[in-house]
Amino acid sequence: MNDLGALEPALRAKRDAGRKLLVPYVTGGLGPDWVDVVRAVADAGADAIEIGIPFSDPVMDGPVIQLASERALAAGTTPASILGSLRVCDAGVPLAVMTYYNICFHMGHERFAASLRDSGVAAAILPDLPLEEVGDWAAVADAVGIETVMLAAPTAPDERLPRICARARGFVYAVGLLGVTGERGELAATATEIAGRLKAVTDKPVLVGVGVSNAEQAVEACAVADGVVIGSALVRRLLDGVGPSGAFEFVAGIRRALDEA
Amino acid sequence: MSLADPTPAGRFGEFGGLFVPETLVPACQELEGAFRDAWSDDTFRAELDQLLRDYAGRPSPVTECRRLSEELGCRLLLKREDLNHTGSHKINNVLGQALLARRMGKTRLVAETGAGQHGVATATAAALLGLECVVYMGEVDMRRQELNVFRMRLLGAEVRSATSGSRTLKDAINEAMRDWVATVETTHYCLGSVMGPHPYPWLVRELQTVIGREARRQCAERLGGDGLPDVVTACVGGGSNAIGIFSGFARTRVELVGVEPAGGAAIGRGVPGVVHGMKSYLMQDEWGQVLEAHSVSAGLDYPGVGPEHSHLAAAGLARYEQVTDAEVIEAFQVLSRTEGIIPALEPAHAIAWVLRAAPQLQGATVLVNLSGRGDKDVAQMMDLLG
Repeated sequence: MNDLGALEPALRAKRDAGRKLLVPYVTGGLGPDWVDVVRAVADAGADAIEIGIPFSDPVMDGPVIQLASERALAAGTTPASILGSLRVCDAGVPLAVMTYYNICFHMGHERFAASLRDSGVAAAILPDLPLEEVGDWAAVADAVGIETVMLAAPTAPDERLPRICARARGFVYAVGLLGVTGERGELAATATEIAGRLKAVTDKPVLVGVGVSNAEQAVEACAVADGVVIGSALVRRLLDGVGPSGAFEFVAGIRRALDEA
Repeated sequence: MSLADPTPAGRFGEFGGLFVPETLVPACQELEGAFRDAWSDDTFRAELDQLLRDYAGRPSPVTECRRLSEELGCRLLLKREDLNHTGSHKINNVLGQALLARRMGKTRLVAETGAGQHGVATATAAALLGLECVVYMGEVDMRRQELNVFRMRLLGAEVRSATSGSRTLKDAINEAMRDWVATVETTHYCLGSVMGPHPYPWLVRELQTVIGREARRQCAERLGGDGLPDVVTACVGGGSNAIGIFSGFARTRVELVGVEPAGGAAIGRGVPGVVHGMKSYLMQDEWGQVLEAHSVSAGLDYPGVGPEHSHLAAAGLARYEQVTDAEVIEAFQVLSRTEGIIPALEPAHAIAWVLRAAPQLQGATVLVNLSGRGDKDVAQMMDLLG
C-alpha cells in the first residue's frame, strides 16, 4: 500500500531537491501485463504514475488513448478490476487515477473516493470536471485524503489560474496545447507559456501534459515546468506490444535526459 | 407562459451544468455572454427574424389531418417544420448560431450530425454566411444517410467520419468536441440540439421557441374554447424540436408528451449520468460506461437526452413514452398514405405514439410537431420494406 495523501508531498520534496518530475500514464487493463508495466515504469524512474480507468467516451483523448481504452474495455476491464489490481501492485511511487467524471459520479462520490483510498491511490484526475463543477466531489475527496489534480489550459484568462491552483491538490496539470492527448512533432509554444503563467501564481508542482512526446520535448517543457506527464507516447508503444521491458526502456530514457539536462 | 431559464450554473433542476475539459470553459462562458447580449439586441433579432422568414420560409403552417383524425377519433394537427428550408426544424437553430458565430468573430463552424439534418442545416447556414464548415458524422450513419452526406458536400462542407465506438451520433459528438478543443479560438461549435454543456441547452431552446410561439398563436386562431390543444407531442433524441414546441404550451393545461425510441430511451431506460458536457438521464452500464443506442432513426440514435427534458420528466412537467422501430415504420407509412405527407423517421415516433394512444385520446385535440420530412429516409425505407 502507498501512503495516503502521498502525492503532493512526494512531488514537492523531489522538486525542491532539484529533480525534474516524470509522471508516465498507463491505461489500466491494457493487456494482461499492464500491472507489470506500472511496476516497470516505476523502476525506470517515474516519480508518480497516472493510471487511466478507461471510459466509453473519452472526449479529451486522441486516437492512441481512445484505442487503448477501447481495447481495455473490450477485454472486460472495469473500475473495480483496475483498483483491485492497484491494491496489490506495490509500485513504490504515488498513483493517480485519470478517468472521466461519469465513472466517479455513477459509483457515487463517497464510494469512489473510498475505493481509491482502499486501493492505495493517492489522487484523481477528472478532465471533464472543471472548477465550476468540482466542488461536490472535491469536498468528499478532501475529507478522505484523495488529492484532486486540477487542469489548467492555455485558454484560461489570468484571473482564473490562481483559482485553479488554489483548488488543485497533488500537482497542477498544465495542458500543453489546444487539443486532445496525442504525440506532436514539436512541443507547442503554449506548453512553456502556460507552465510559466502557472509558476508565477503557485508554488504547487506544475507538470505539463498533452503533447509531450519524447525526451527532447520533456527537457524543453521542464525548462519552465517542474515536470511532465507522458501519456500517448508510452501508450502507443504499449499498443505496439513493447511490454514492460520496452516501457522501462522508454521511460528510463526520458528520466536520463531530464536528469542530465 | 414559457419554460423557466436555467440557473446561473446552467442547471435545470439537478440537470445540466458545464462538464467540459478546462480548455473549453472560457469558450462556453464567452458564448453565454455573447448570446445573452445578442438575444436582447433588436438588430440581431431582426436579422434572424428576416432570415427565418425570407430564407427558411417561416412561419411554418399547421395542417389539419382530416382523414387520419377521422380514423383515430381524435383531432390531429401537425406543426409543419418539415416545410422549412432544408427540411426540418434544425434550420431555426443554425441560422441563429451562425449569426452568433459571425458576431463573435469566428470564421469556422463544426457540427455533429446523426441523420444528417443538422449537418445539412449547418452547411447551409455556413454557405449563406461564408463560413468554413466541418461536419462530423458516424460511419454507420454516413452509410444509411448517403444522400445527406452528398448534400452537405454540395453545400461546401467537409464531412468527416467518426469511426470510434458505436460510429453513430454519440461518437460524432465526441469528435466534434475534440475538434473544438483544438480550434476553439477560431471555431464555433454549432451544436444541434438542446444538449451539451451550458449554455447550449438554453441557447438552442431559445432559438427553437419560434416553433412554440407560432404554434400557440396558430392554435388560438384555429381552435375554439381556450385555444389550446389537449396534447402536444414530439419525438425526443436530444430533444430540440420537442422543447421548441413545448415552450409555447408550458404552464398551461396542455399535456406535453415526449416520445423516445425504445432503443435509445434515455429517460425511459436511463439513470442520471454525465457525458457530452451535461448531467442528464443516460443509458449506461453498471459502471457508468455509456451504452450504444439502437434505433431505426439515425437522428434519435443517442443514449442521452437534453438536460431540460430530464428536469421536465423528473418534475412531472412532461411525460415521456417509448415506441418501437416496428411502430415507427408503420406510422411512417400510415401518415404517407392517409395525409400525403411523408414524415422523417424521427417525427414518425410521435405519430406512432398517437396511433397507439388513440383509444385514450378520443375526442381530444392533439398537436404533433412534424419536425422533418422523410425524403432522406426513403432509400432506407425502400430497403426495409423491400
